[in-house]
Amino acid sequence: MPKADPNLQTPRARVKHLGTARAGTRDLWEIRFTSFALLPLTVGFVVIVAMLSKSDLAAARALLGAPIPAMVMIVFVLASIWHMAVGMRSVIVDYVRHQHMRELALMANLCFATGVGFVCTYSVLRLSFIQ
Amino acid sequence: MAEAKTSPLPIEQRRPLSPHVQIYRWSATMAMSILHRVTGVALYAGTLLLTVYLFTAASGGVAFAQVSSFFGSPLGLAILFGYTFALMLHVCGGLRHAVWEAARGFDPVSRNLLAWGSLIGAVVLTALAWAGAYLL
Repeated sequence: MPKADPNLQTPRARVKHLGTARAGTRDLWEIRFTSFALLPLTVGFVVIVAMLSKSDLAAARALLGAPIPAMVMIVFVLASIWHMAVGMRSVIVDYVRHQHMRELALMANLCFATGVGFVCTYSVLRLSFIQ
Repeated sequence: MAEAKTSPLPIEQRRPLSPHVQIYRWSATMAMSILHRVTGVALYAGTLLLTVYLFTAASGGVAFAQVSSFFGSPLGLAILFGYTFALMLHVCGGLRHAVWEAARGFDPVSRNLLAWGSLIGAVVLTALAWAGAYLL
């Protein structure tokens, strides 16, 4: 008597846990876009930090409150938190296997990036408008 | 048992899994790829340095003086130096990926040059940034 074919799964069931999520290109696009934006912004950021390295409070406030350094700093921070939130999300989904831990980590990631972005932007705007 | 959760299939029907890092002999491209992710995570944490600096600059005297003196201390300078190097390595890693995403530089000679070049570029850029900070 011939052995019955053990594989009674439908083709869809067979690939269900093996296929692509079809959601990877958005991450790639966002990481690529923000990293190109961050190239000139990082140059500006490093120059500003180099100028801040010998500044006392008054000099630091004057520099960070000036229009161009303030704008470079804010756009650098916003591009950075976008870039790092997407990057950390891919690290989390790679390594955190437990579903609830993964969801918590993804939320914590968004909270951290939002918090960093808010505090930095608020601080620079405060230096620009309330000296 | 962890394996059983990932797939309902019996083991002989599963797709082969990729071998992981401990299987391979270390290569420059592999080391730089891992360092790219490590520096990315380090820079993620390092944004707190900027956050604390900007917040204390906006809020006032005593806290700013404490933060400034910490950044000027040997430990603070070491952290800032590490942050600079991580930033430059990540930037050079990004440039390396830009070359690869243009579908160039995949042959053995080019990819090793790119890996070593991004490391050397990061050292040079870190030195330039710190020289600039001292000269400005």
